[in-house]
Amino acid sequence: MFNDSLPTFWSIWVAVITLLVIFGCLWLIWIVRKSEPYKEETEETMGHSFDGIEEYDNPLPRWWYFKFLGTIVFGLGYLALYPGLGNFQGLLGWTSTKQYEEEVAAAEVRYGPVFAAFADQPVEVLASDPEALEVGGRLYSNNCAVCHGSGGKGAYGFPNLTDDDWLYGGSVEKIRESLNVGRVANMPAWQATLGDAGIEETSHYVVSLSGRAHDETLAAKGEQHYQTYCAACHMPNGEGMHALGAPNLTDDVWLYKQPNLTVIESVKLTLRHGRQGVMPAQLPRLGEDKVHLLTAYVYSLSQAN
Amino acid sequence: MSLAAAHPAYDYRTVRQFAIMAVVWGIVGMAVGVLIAAQLVWPELLASEYTHFGRLRPLHTNAVIFAFGGCALFATSYYCVQRTCQTPLAFPSLARFTFWGWQLVIVAAVITLPLGLTSTKEYAELEWPIDILIAAVWISYAVVFLGTIAQRKTSHIYVANWFFAAFILVVAVLHIVNSAVVPVSLFKSYSAYSGAMDAMVQWWYGHNAVGFFLTAGFLGMMYYFVPKQAGRPVYSYRLSIVHFWALIATYMWAGAHHLHYSALPDWAQSVGMVMSLILLAPSWGGMINGVMTLSGAWHKLRTDPILRFLVVSLSFYGMSTFEGPMMSIKTVNALSHNTDWTIGHVHSGALGWVAMVSIGSLYHLIPKVLGVAQMYSTRLINLHFWMSTIGTVLYIAAMWVNGIMQGLMWRAVNTDGTLTYSFIDSVEASYPGWIVRVIGGAIFLIGMLVMMYNVYMTVQDAKRQDTIRDTSTPEAQPA
Repeated sequence: MFNDSLPTFWSIWVAVITLLVIFGCLWLIWIVRKSEPYKEETEETMGHSFDGIEEYDNPLPRWWYFKFLGTIVFGLGYLALYPGLGNFQGLLGWTSTKQYEEEVAAAEVRYGPVFAAFADQPVEVLASDPEALEVGGRLYSNNCAVCHGSGGKGAYGFPNLTDDDWLYGGSVEKIRESLNVGRVANMPAWQATLGDAGIEETSHYVVSLSGRAHDETLAAKGEQHYQTYCAACHMPNGEGMHALGAPNLTDDVWLYKQPNLTVIESVKLTLRHGRQGVMPAQLPRLGEDKVHLLTAYVYSLSQAN
Repeated sequence: MSLAAAHPAYDYRTVRQFAIMAVVWGIVGMAVGVLIAAQLVWPELLASEYTHFGRLRPLHTNAVIFAFGGCALFATSYYCVQRTCQTPLAFPSLARFTFWGWQLVIVAAVITLPLGLTSTKEYAELEWPIDILIAAVWISYAVVFLGTIAQRKTSHIYVANWFFAAFILVVAVLHIVNSAVVPVSLFKSYSAYSGAMDAMVQWWYGHNAVGFFLTAGFLGMMYYFVPKQAGRPVYSYRLSIVHFWALIATYMWAGAHHLHYSALPDWAQSVGMVMSLILLAPSWGGMINGVMTLSGAWHKLRTDPILRFLVVSLSFYGMSTFEGPMMSIKTVNALSHNTDWTIGHVHSGALGWVAMVSIGSLYHLIPKVLGVAQMYSTRLINLHFWMSTIGTVLYIAAMWVNGIMQGLMWRAVNTDGTLTYSFIDSVEASYPGWIVRVIGGAIFLIGMLVMMYNVYMTVQDAKRQDTIRDTSTPEAQPA
């Protein structure tokens, strides 16, 4: 939380002009009502005419006067109880931050046991427990579906969780690790190093790894670049490395295949500009019990195949 | 009274130009509105780079608020100030400049917004070169309007002119402060403010655009055309004094209610809410004064569709100015914020109040500035009245239902505390309401086309009778 208290001058300034406007309204309705010559509806006019328009000297409608008064009283009461008049915090000591913290704590007390009930059972057991999967599925919908899709099939830039191709490993412990601390992938940009020709050659070699159509001559040159620059992460045989989250290039899964481009064109883009995939850490947001259920749910998605 | 003899030659040319363009821009702005409402139902509709929802939505808001509403305000204020001050417009050539300058602003908006050139500030999207033109036009408007008041032949300043003057002065301040930017190229700039401060300046501007452009200005319109069309004195001079000063003093503070539960400090949110609630009575002062002015003339509603437009606009005004303070209460706002309820609230003000009071006023004013006795067809005015009313009611009702449903769906939780519905669930559930909105909006738009035809035929009448003059010839004044 940051300190949002005002400097003394501005605090007084805010309080003074706020009260000036409110009491000004009060004074205005009071003085106008006091000076009314007619207390009931009248046919008397103010005596001027503008393009034929005259104005009656009718009193302020009584119900309207009291409604106005009522909102002023409410407003002053509210400003006495809640923060508003500069740095005066209000008699209730309420702040939005406090309200948020209280609501979160209350939700924790109320819903915490629902999740804690599953904490003792191993993920492998929960992955076939319909009740656990129902709760885990809801957690997934609320927290994961926005990127990975409601069915877990992923999207451009967001991995499919229902297949058996894993960037960081698909074991229970690896899935839990991905959820707990998140992942930061870093594929460097190679344009400066390889140049246009090098990018072209390397891309042909990369698609050849999965048996796609490619130019033999270009791919042969590309292999040299690959072994120099890419093999350290993606491995000499192109099968990738879970420790670094370097994708397997020999299968048919392309995380960054753009919907409007071919595979080889997408590979070229990746080679030129690099990629920075980020999976946010969930443990600080959700806590251990919920991550446990989510691990089981995500694990179950890949086990279904 | 001897007014008839002393009646000066009013400058009607600029009034007439603005009045006709108000109808034209009204049709353009509302047509874009119906299109984007349809895009929410059928997202592929005209979904090109330049015409997708994101590009057209600011075009719709700018066209209806500043092009339609703006032209209607220029026309009625120039008309009212001359007649109630009994003097021609001061600086007639500057008045001409305000017309052509304002049209240029609108054309620039029509070109730049679909191209994606935007400052991204809601209702202030136009980039800095256009903002400078707006400032030049607006300052000229102030000079013409206040100059005319200064040359008045009457001892007092009529209440309608207080409202118009407040609207003109405050909008100048709002526009200039909120549009302060650091330009980086001809069509790109960055706000002079940052973070929560930028948000607060934006909504101080944004809500006062509603308060002064769409409320004070149109109350000025109401204070002239309602008593004029009803042929009755204004109900209470005292009420107009109180509600004028209270309205302009408290409206200034209300903008913070757009930023409830945000990074805006708690004190600013509280003050915004309190002032919004206090605003209820001053807002209703205008409705009471308008509606009570009709007391004793209720029978005229049976035969006069122009008066119907005016009185129904006041009803919508009263309804939306009750709804507004209610929505500014933080607990209500927690439900309504970001839902279609807000869109419904805006349109009960924009269609029900702003558009209908403008339409009624224009039907009164257009024959006068064309020199003919009345509009071509009263029956068509009546048809237009019913189309506007039905269109508005369909629109608002659909948005109320959608908004409250969305708010409830977004906060519904399961027994384990997780959200019951995903966002897309609420989108799917909103389709029926969105279809009703397209229908309501289309009916309102077709009503405007009826008006265009009626105006066109009235102009033809005037041409046949050769009655169109740039200045008015003396006419008999009812005392």
